[in-house]
Amino acid sequence: MADEALFLLLHSEMVAGLYRAAEQGEGENGRCTTKLESMGFRVGQGLIERFTKDTARFKDELDIMKFICKDFWTTVFKKQIDNLRTNHQGIYVLQDNKFRLLTQMSVGKQYLEHAPKYLAFTCGLIRGGLSNLGIKSIVTAEVSSMPACK
Amino acid sequence: MSRSPGRKQENHKISRELFVLTYGALVAQLCKDYEKDEDVNACLDRMGYSIGIRLIDDFLARSAVKKCRSYSETADMIAQVAFKMYLGITPSVSCSSATGNEFSLILDKNPLVEFVEELPAERASLCYCNLLCGVIRGALEMVHLAAEVTFLQDRLKGDAVTEIGITFLRKPEDRKHRRN
Repeated sequence: MADEALFLLLHSEMVAGLYRAAEQGEGENGRCTTKLESMGFRVGQGLIERFTKDTARFKDELDIMKFICKDFWTTVFKKQIDNLRTNHQGIYVLQDNKFRLLTQMSVGKQYLEHAPKYLAFTCGLIRGGLSNLGIKSIVTAEVSSMPACK
Repeated sequence: MSRSPGRKQENHKISRELFVLTYGALVAQLCKDYEKDEDVNACLDRMGYSIGIRLIDDFLARSAVKKCRSYSETADMIAQVAFKMYLGITPSVSCSSATGNEFSLILDKNPLVEFVEELPAERASLCYCNLLCGVIRGALEMVHLAAEVTFLQDRLKGDAVTEIGITFLRKPEDRKHRRN
């Protein structure tokens, strides 16, 4: 639906705006990523509350991760996570081969150094969602070749 | 259909809430970064402008509307097609000048402020939805219509409704002659 286009544009504008402000002002790049991540955190907290109002209680961590991979990701990015891996000791890797926020940028290795900026918000989104479901976590992202990311 | 229609509507609502929540987080972050309300307003307007110049392509591709032949047709198009497509609301249009180039869109329901109760006391002159003004201005400029877009009334500041005023300026071609 058309909302998606709005959100994609707003997101890319946010990233560009924050970095532009940082270049003119005193902040360094690291702070921008933190700001984006904390924005994503707030949004993730609110969103997961609205989302899980009517769903049943989750049995365990794996169940929560599966929920994030399927329902949450589908609602936010209109597709499911392609691959979920875990070592059953608390580390999960979610792989998305066609990440919505990166598809419009490039396919392959061009502009790879700019990709992390666009993932910061989503990392915060996941961390916020998990925190409101009772899980403390650290979320990082890795892009080796656009538009896939882990 | 295997999926119940209720769930689909819910998902649709949630992706709209994602946009609203993200916008709220953005305004909150800008308020932290800038002390003066005018700076925040200007920043929102600038971001809205950049979004608008890209959104118009998306809008024209999705709606395939024909060229508008008058300012009032343009204002109607914005209110009835564009707002409905992107925000799900249909503001009412009224022409507020005899020359026919000033219009106002009256929104009785603004989805962007769904989760906002009131503006904090120290931010009394913040135009929370200033992004919308920038978007309309940017989009109109890309179809060669220069316009000034501002908020005339704002429910968050205590007025009865939210009103956006669009003033179409002279066409850019006329101004080019003056410059030479």
